[in-house]
Amino acid sequence: MQTDKKRRWLPKLNARLAIGLTIVTILTTGSLILPFFTTVDPAAQGTYMKNLPPSQAHLLGTNALGQDIFWYLVFAVRNSLLLGVTVSIGVTIIATSLGLSAGFIGGWYERVVVVFMDTFITIPVLPVLIVLGAVVRGNTSFMVVALILIVFGWAWNARTIRSMSLSLREREFVNMARFSGAGVGAIIAREIFPFVYAFMIVGFINTILFAINTEAALAVIGLSNVVVPTLGSIIFWALNYNAILIGQPLWIIAPIVTTVVLFLGLFLTSSGYNDLSAEKRGVA
Amino acid sequence: MIRLDNIVATYTTQRGQVNAVDGVTLEIPDSIVMGIAGESGCGKSTLMKVLYGDIGFPLSLSSGSVDYGLVNERGEPVTADNIRNEWFRHISYIPQSSMSSLNPVVRIRDQFVDFPATAGRKKEVLAQVRDFVQKLGLPPESIDAYPHQLSGGMRQRIMVAMATFFQPEIILADEPTTALDVVVQKSILLLLLDLQKEMGNTILLVSHDMGVHYQVTDKMLIMYAAKVVEYADTDDIFHNPLHPYTLMLTNSLPTIGDERARRGLPGSPPSLWEPQVGCRFAARCPIATDRCRQEEPPFVEYQRGHFSACHFAGDVAALKESMQAGPSLSEVVRDTSKLMSDLEADR
Amino acid sequence: MNTILKTQGLNKVYSLGSFPRTIKVHALDDVNLNIESDEPVIVSLVGESGSGKTTLAKVILRLVQPSSGAVTVAGHSVAGKGTRPNHTEFLRTVQPIFQNPFEAFSQHRTVDSYLRETAERVGKLPKDAAIHAVEEALAAVGMQYSDVRGKYPNQFSGGELQRASVARALIPRPQLIVADEPVSMIDASRRMIIINLFLALKEEYRTSFLYITHDLATAYYISDYIAVMNKGRIVEFGDAKQVLSRPQHEYTQLLLDSIPRLNSRWVERRNPTTG
Repeated sequence: MQTDKKRRWLPKLNARLAIGLTIVTILTTGSLILPFFTTVDPAAQGTYMKNLPPSQAHLLGTNALGQDIFWYLVFAVRNSLLLGVTVSIGVTIIATSLGLSAGFIGGWYERVVVVFMDTFITIPVLPVLIVLGAVVRGNTSFMVVALILIVFGWAWNARTIRSMSLSLREREFVNMARFSGAGVGAIIAREIFPFVYAFMIVGFINTILFAINTEAALAVIGLSNVVVPTLGSIIFWALNYNAILIGQPLWIIAPIVTTVVLFLGLFLTSSGYNDLSAEKRGVA
Repeated sequence: MIRLDNIVATYTTQRGQVNAVDGVTLEIPDSIVMGIAGESGCGKSTLMKVLYGDIGFPLSLSSGSVDYGLVNERGEPVTADNIRNEWFRHISYIPQSSMSSLNPVVRIRDQFVDFPATAGRKKEVLAQVRDFVQKLGLPPESIDAYPHQLSGGMRQRIMVAMATFFQPEIILADEPTTALDVVVQKSILLLLLDLQKEMGNTILLVSHDMGVHYQVTDKMLIMYAAKVVEYADTDDIFHNPLHPYTLMLTNSLPTIGDERARRGLPGSPPSLWEPQVGCRFAARCPIATDRCRQEEPPFVEYQRGHFSACHFAGDVAALKESMQAGPSLSEVVRDTSKLMSDLEADR
Repeated sequence: MNTILKTQGLNKVYSLGSFPRTIKVHALDDVNLNIESDEPVIVSLVGESGSGKTTLAKVILRLVQPSSGAVTVAGHSVAGKGTRPNHTEFLRTVQPIFQNPFEAFSQHRTVDSYLRETAERVGKLPKDAAIHAVEEALAAVGMQYSDVRGKYPNQFSGGELQRASVARALIPRPQLIVADEPVSMIDASRRMIIINLFLALKEEYRTSFLYITHDLATAYYISDYIAVMNKGRIVEFGDAKQVLSRPQHEYTQLLLDSIPRLNSRWVERRNPTTG
């Protein structure tokens, strides 16, 4: 018999995945833990003297609203990540369950789902969000923003998962499972899902990017909730107060750099994991 | 005459190195059809690759040489190093699956003339090709088609046409008819034989089907675990084998009209990753002794033109007797549970 | 007499291409079979690719719906207008063995999980009894539970995996096992192990087999009856030895004629050494 060569849980991480995970872990734990070390609400205006340069008390200085830039940034990263993960969980659950079931079950059920999918894919997200944002004008609660992003984000991944499910249902082992007595649910969960798993993880991470990105875009044009600190809102305020002209370049540079680093970390994780799962399947 | 001298072909992988062909020395006379048989993993496909000159990482020719008995355009003898330059001219290859060699988005006629030899003479060559494929039973328009528009049998005839058009001296065919229906298989095999008779070339044919070997080949080479175990005229291989593996192999599948019970060969060939001591077939051989397990039998000419690698080449006839008088079908069936526990013991 | 397998007026028509140039392909063309026996039998369905033999297998396994006609297996109606057999009962009557064992098992699951699942869901056995049933079935094919426990398909050879596949099909003690080219992907020297196994199982487990193949020699070896198919029709049917030694239909004769035999040659061969 051939030797056992599968199933190792912590495989050799490739370079991308290692770097990506490191970045994301640092930013995540930092933004989650640090808030416990301050009792000051970073969004409260006028807490400190305005426009102070970086010092020991204020690592990145203060801005024109009297807020500490560093602490505002920490909370901003935390909130953006929370938003991203919430949206991603919602999108992944919906996309995976609808995609898998539509592809496998077929019939009229699939046709109805596909109509929904195609509709949401073709509707352009940003214009709709801009219109919505203009209507509610910065008074939306965070949850509403998350909900809107989920509604507009599930369709793309669902489509891909559906076509994966469609081709997988023709495979011989699905027939074998049928003759072993498995019902539709069991077949979807045990036969088809494992093939979709890797894509789902990649989709999860990419959706985080999508969510943070879109929220930031809305915030920058002032259409999201700009009171709650997020990466987008910090950039919005910095632009509004012309951070560079008033001599506080860090106010705008810090969030931009943080955003880029965060996105880079997420992208490297996603891409690195993709390579890793391809290697495991032997198609790298 | 094609001369192989101690060919050792090695695969290099993450796990290490393994010799897929481990010391093959042979002489193949001209203008015959030679069949190569053996179970999967015995090295027959690798040997074909070496002969064709299709050697590239991870496969390498660690030692040994091939003398093709040919001389190239510059008057140099053709060997394993420069055989590549002679592809389609002096040596050609018919693969098992035509679809893996034909470009699906290019018409057949364009694939036919895609050689430097035909540059500037394309129209002329194409006219000759049209004539040629008719001889093979194809309509001349077939070369204007795309590969998917032809049936599997027709595509394989095209492969035969491509392989024989320039009248090479050596043709290598690796399971050329395995994927075809039995009726089409017969016509392709007869076609190859016709062409061979006319052109006088040498054909090396790999097949797992003993019937095909019996019908088509003049000499046969039996391989096991990267070694050659027997080499003789086809009639001798079937009626007077000098190696127990050959005997078991030729008897492993039933034939119509023959009521004898058949047994598949239980167990499997040794793993080549481990160093081999003695005869590689000893573990599965019914007449193996300690000498077999310790001392590798040399590949020796026991009768004129009949080579075998077995210490007990003379005893194979007795083995054959006992197999002729073998068990009846119902005995085999009743013995199946014993066979199953034998399989256990092999493990 | 028990009806092992019966098909009546079975048709399967596929429409290829699109309007207005649709071609109708008769994968099955008025197939009528009636196999009755008190003893279990092995019936071979032989034909070339495109003959319809695989389509017939799929109809019997309820993987494909026929265009018209009916199929009965061991008294249970299996296909035909309005047939909706009880699913579990069906799975206990008919079980398949597929051609490619590496495709038949998912690479993400262990092989023994399929066997256990069959025992639990089709055999409706509680956990301990299920494991016992799996051990019994594995023993019938010469394997032990320890050979398969926790192992993934790529850790087996083709022959071993196919034997595991046979074991799985045996667990519900079906009346009929439909084996679609079960040995064509196994190394030629080891095929007889599986073929002989079918014979043994016919006696021990009292299971009938529908053996689908293009290889007439193995069909001759184990069959009680042979049906020869060509272009969706059964052109000849009867006792195996009779059909292959005294074929009536010209297609059967053509097939027999084309098989490379070991007793007479198409073209005389040279014996280069012995002359």
